[in-house]
Amino acid sequence: MKRQLPLALVFIFGIFMIIQYFVPHESSEWVFEFLLDWIYIIGIFALALGIWSLIRVSWDKVKYRKENWFYSLVTLFGLFAMIVFGFDYLRNFQTAEGLQNFMFRHFFDYIMIPIQATMFSLLAFFIASAAYRAFRARSLLATLLLVAALIVMLRFNPYFGPISPYLEKTASWLLNVPNLAAKRAIVIGVGLGIVATALKVILGIERAYLGKD
Amino acid sequence: MEAMSFGTFIWTALGAFLTLATFSFLYKDNPLYKLAEHLVVGVSAGYFVIILWHNGLVPNLFSRLADGNFYFLWLNSSKWWYLVPALLGIMMWTRFIRKWAWVSRWPMALYIGIATGLAIPLEMKNRVLTQLHSAMRPVDWGNFLGNGFLDTAAGFSQVIIFVGTISALFYFFFSKEHSGVFKGVARFGIWILMIGFGASFGYTVMARISLFIQRIQVLEDFTNVAWTTDRGIFLVVWFITFGIFVLLSIYEIVKYLNRPRSVQ
Amino acid sequence: MNIFDRLMSVDRRWVFLFLALVCVITYVAEFPVDITVTYEVENIYDFIDTLDPGDIIFVAIDYDPNSLAELHPMTYALVEHAWRKELKIIFTALSQNGPGMADLAIRQISDSLDIPRTYNGVEYPAREIVNGKDYVFLGYKPYPALVIVGMGQNFRIPFPTDYYGTPLDQHPMMKGVQNYDQVKCVIDISGTSGVDMWIAYGQTRYGFPLALGLTGVMAADYYPYLNSGQVFGIMGGMLGAAQYERLSGNTGRAIDAMRVQLYAHIVIILFIIMGNVGFLMTRGHKEGL
Repeated sequence: MKRQLPLALVFIFGIFMIIQYFVPHESSEWVFEFLLDWIYIIGIFALALGIWSLIRVSWDKVKYRKENWFYSLVTLFGLFAMIVFGFDYLRNFQTAEGLQNFMFRHFFDYIMIPIQATMFSLLAFFIASAAYRAFRARSLLATLLLVAALIVMLRFNPYFGPISPYLEKTASWLLNVPNLAAKRAIVIGVGLGIVATALKVILGIERAYLGKD
Repeated sequence: MEAMSFGTFIWTALGAFLTLATFSFLYKDNPLYKLAEHLVVGVSAGYFVIILWHNGLVPNLFSRLADGNFYFLWLNSSKWWYLVPALLGIMMWTRFIRKWAWVSRWPMALYIGIATGLAIPLEMKNRVLTQLHSAMRPVDWGNFLGNGFLDTAAGFSQVIIFVGTISALFYFFFSKEHSGVFKGVARFGIWILMIGFGASFGYTVMARISLFIQRIQVLEDFTNVAWTTDRGIFLVVWFITFGIFVLLSIYEIVKYLNRPRSVQ
Repeated sequence: MNIFDRLMSVDRRWVFLFLALVCVITYVAEFPVDITVTYEVENIYDFIDTLDPGDIIFVAIDYDPNSLAELHPMTYALVEHAWRKELKIIFTALSQNGPGMADLAIRQISDSLDIPRTYNGVEYPAREIVNGKDYVFLGYKPYPALVIVGMGQNFRIPFPTDYYGTPLDQHPMMKGVQNYDQVKCVIDISGTSGVDMWIAYGQTRYGFPLALGLTGVMAADYYPYLNSGQVFGIMGGMLGAAQYERLSGNTGRAIDAMRVQLYAHIVIILFIIMGNVGFLMTRGHKEGL
């Protein structure tokens, strides 16, 4: 029951979904829609696991006054504040009015957006630093990569006079010909990998998702 | 630009302050950055809980369990069978209890079975069959050199696409030793791959710079509005906020330039 | 220590400061940059431009604030263009923070259409955008692959109500609209792997016309799909957004940012060249020892 039933479930539902793709009959579609309806609900409960983990870890740090425990308090404040606002100050759990709550929207617009956008904008500086310290044309392959990158970066640069239109066309050709070939090969390889792994999971060869007993 | 209300000014000032606090990481890790980082983690998690509740559980589960046609204990629904996926979902939570963690495998198996079964025909068709079909187009020998400089529709471009795709696939085939003709083909393949990665890198640089430019635009918006507002106190608050960061930066630069040097 | 050794050991914070100064100075010095439009963006613009008033398109806003810089301008340009043409839009947001981004975009674009404007020499009167009549925002559900497949059967399977809690059948524009068959095209604006889901589980299974708006990091990876016809257009990063803005005559953030891109790229290239020159010189120096 602990291992055999899950393996059997994966096999039965996996095979059903493969066959269902080729069977457009009404009853096949009905079962398909029924399963999808259930999966949305199961999936939502699964995602709650991550939130519980965060609360547990943060509360643990605060309770035992571990290093930087104050910041975990800030995390918990942010989390519970959004929950209170999202339920319209805990007045409304049944309708979606909390999504239009003033504080809920403003916390999103003026806290989440600035911080998340800025955190990723730090990458601009790290790429500049990496360009200076790490991007070396040590071999033919690295040189090919750098030259292709330079051409694509200069594609809309007007400061090269008569060469500029040719740079634009070269960049366009690079993207639509060798880049296309390379990415197509990767896509095909990844596709074959996905199909192989999915088959291994359905047939019970790959059982890592079951975890340990 | 219209002068903004005091409330909007305060919120925008908060956004600008948190932006600058996050940028301060470029100098070094500091309490302001840590504060911003932990705050966003909490706010994001709380936001996600609300979205899952209002967009997920309420319409897909709770509304269906309360549609008013069937009464059993507290349940008021003609679609009582929706309790089954709810129960399966709750069974997922046993993952945290070591003794009962095996129970979470059942709903997990349902999800994995459905997801993998769905993936096989679609990914096969999408990634493999359609792409192979597109790679095997007839070459336009009549227009081999194309019209103009590096024509992507030219015959030679189509040949490069076809040969490049096959060669790159050869490179990834590790079940056979890369030697002789195989090695030559694989080498051409890795050249094509490097050009592809170079093109991606060029685009990546643009992407990263864009992220920073947008932050400049937002800070500029705030400065413009604070400048044009008719309340002097807004300007004072903005200059104090911005000034603190500028002064701290100047202080740190001066401290760095005057640091004690080690004797060599 | 010679000059090249010193250059190689410069503190990276000076590199950060130099880049920041170049970007800020270039941003302040306003000068125009010519944007060349490529076929992959023009295809999307032409498709939207040839639709008739009342046609429905589907826009998936699948990005988080971390991709806002590149994808928000695209969303603005595209959605504003569609609403000017009096198309109806079904929005969805299948990324974790996507609903907030979509909600913000819808509010701000609706407000911007409150005043008459002229684009490409054509005058557009002010119009009010009404929820349920001009757009429906479906909201978010987890596991995009399953949601995309579910919407292909019927939008009401994953989304019995919209983001604001209103049952879909109460919206006038959703009358007779069951699934992708009633939609002219799907445009996925995404910074996540949700794009792969739209192509595999959406376009491959249901065959609707699909266009993509992608971050620069991802854009180069999707040319195979463009070539095979699975996708009819790609807007790649801020350059793609700038091209769409130019086509629609709607000068916005993306065109504004391109002059900074120009100089920032030159700075990065100079760094790469300096780094490689320094590397060659120091390597030659060490080999000479």
